[in-house]
Amino acid sequence: MTAPAIEDLLRDLTPRVLGALVRRYGRFEGCEDAVQEAVLAASVQWPAEGVPDHPRGWLTTVASRRLVDQLRSDHARRERESSLAAEVAPADVPDTDDTLVLLFLCCHPTLTAASQTALTLRAVGGLTTAEIARAFLVPEATMAARISRAKQRIRAAGSSFALPEGAEREERLRVVLHVLYLIFNEGYTASSGGELVRADLAREAIRLTRTVHAQLPEDGEVTGLLALMLLTHARREARTTRAGDLVPLAEQDRERWDRALIDEGLDLVKAALAGPDLGPYQLQAAIAATHADAATAEETDWAQVHALYLILERIAPNPMVTLNRAIALAETEGPQAGLDLLSGLDGDGRMAGHHRLLSVRAHLLERTGDTAGAYEHYRRAAKATASLAEQRYLESRANEVAARPAPPVP
Amino acid sequence: MKFVISLHINPAVMDALTDEEKAAIGAGHTRFIQELKESGELLATQALVDPSQAVVVSVRDGQPVVTDGPFLEAKEFLGGFYLIDCEDKERAIELAARIPDTRIAGLGVEVRQVMFYEGQLEA
Repeated sequence: MTAPAIEDLLRDLTPRVLGALVRRYGRFEGCEDAVQEAVLAASVQWPAEGVPDHPRGWLTTVASRRLVDQLRSDHARRERESSLAAEVAPADVPDTDDTLVLLFLCCHPTLTAASQTALTLRAVGGLTTAEIARAFLVPEATMAARISRAKQRIRAAGSSFALPEGAEREERLRVVLHVLYLIFNEGYTASSGGELVRADLAREAIRLTRTVHAQLPEDGEVTGLLALMLLTHARREARTTRAGDLVPLAEQDRERWDRALIDEGLDLVKAALAGPDLGPYQLQAAIAATHADAATAEETDWAQVHALYLILERIAPNPMVTLNRAIALAETEGPQAGLDLLSGLDGDGRMAGHHRLLSVRAHLLERTGDTAGAYEHYRRAAKATASLAEQRYLESRANEVAARPAPPVP
Repeated sequence: MKFVISLHINPAVMDALTDEEKAAIGAGHTRFIQELKESGELLATQALVDPSQAVVVSVRDGQPVVTDGPFLEAKEFLGGFYLIDCEDKERAIELAARIPDTRIAGLGVEVRQVMFYEGQLEA
């Protein structure tokens, strides 16, 4: 088996081994550490010595031993030691898929989003602390501290290892989806060093979302999120030039979009929209599908995009949604209609001085022929963004506008 | 999100502090570093030597020219920084407010987001 295949296998087995251990011994915190050590051991031994006949049993045995070692040192002076050691009869634990339960635990609402993503990638995704640290561009010690703090919080919250029920389950599932969405975005918006590692985060988010979708195929929002990820990921190659410069949607070479991902995404969108309820991920996926359906940028059904943003704005009001609706409105009603809608956002503290508001306004001003206004807003947007690639793009737009002769006064 | 919290020092203000006040600042930074390490938000922190030790390097006609620093003619100078990775700007501000320098008029604590990051990640 090749090293990447071993890696895939380990990532796949991690939540199953961890789930089995927690079911047997409780103590999520200790079990998670033990499984991580077993995975590390396997990643060193398996490529060199070959994959064992029963990889899951191997991991369960090694992790159980580590856990018992840890408990022994914790309770060194207690008699419990011998009885604990006798309890270990690994490899015979039932192979139930606890991925969902683990996801709910890792995305515990008392944790910050940064901790939820880190713990999810390790405990459910099977990534090592070093890999997660590299993906988020932080030192391994920093990531290790973050994960250990997250587990302490979960223990302090006294969470049980079971799926929550009813309304709580619904609420917690939204948090899980949000965390998967954040992991995907972290990989998708990679704009600095280590881009390859970060692109891997997008793939990892898709893999985890596929797992959730396989277990909850009837949930429209899960289906919607998976579709949204696939349709967005399909544009990855076309999104940047070889030099790393951003290419806006309208200028992307659609031949470079990944057709297989789009087809799968479109099928999922159809399924997601067939259900009784409509959530934010379904709507965003439907918007992405509308773009994917257009063979050229000119053929985009902007009226449909606008209608979808309008519904999204009603069910999940957010200034960023209004901003995107203004772009669609400008396409159907003209740039001035878009600018009028944007003026309503100026009073919103979350948006004042935001680089997205500045850059969309710059773009719409450019289309009305107000080159001076467009230049000023492109420059301000370039100063406000924290992304180098975006800054390069906005500066080049500003220079382009400045170089253009002023339009004749009507 | 990564932020640099830079510490701007005014020597005249520092000299006017009592030994107890200086010791309290040192203890405050030690505590702050410990908290950041435990929460998994510290990437690195560095303190710099006195600005009188700085030299300014420029190249003119292909030749390096080295003159006495500091480059900026200001009352304050960069004394050191914290490089942190945290949830958002609000959290960065919340953390910066724990730095003892923020309680002393004439010392500046500034928060700015990092735009590009490269280099050895292990401290």
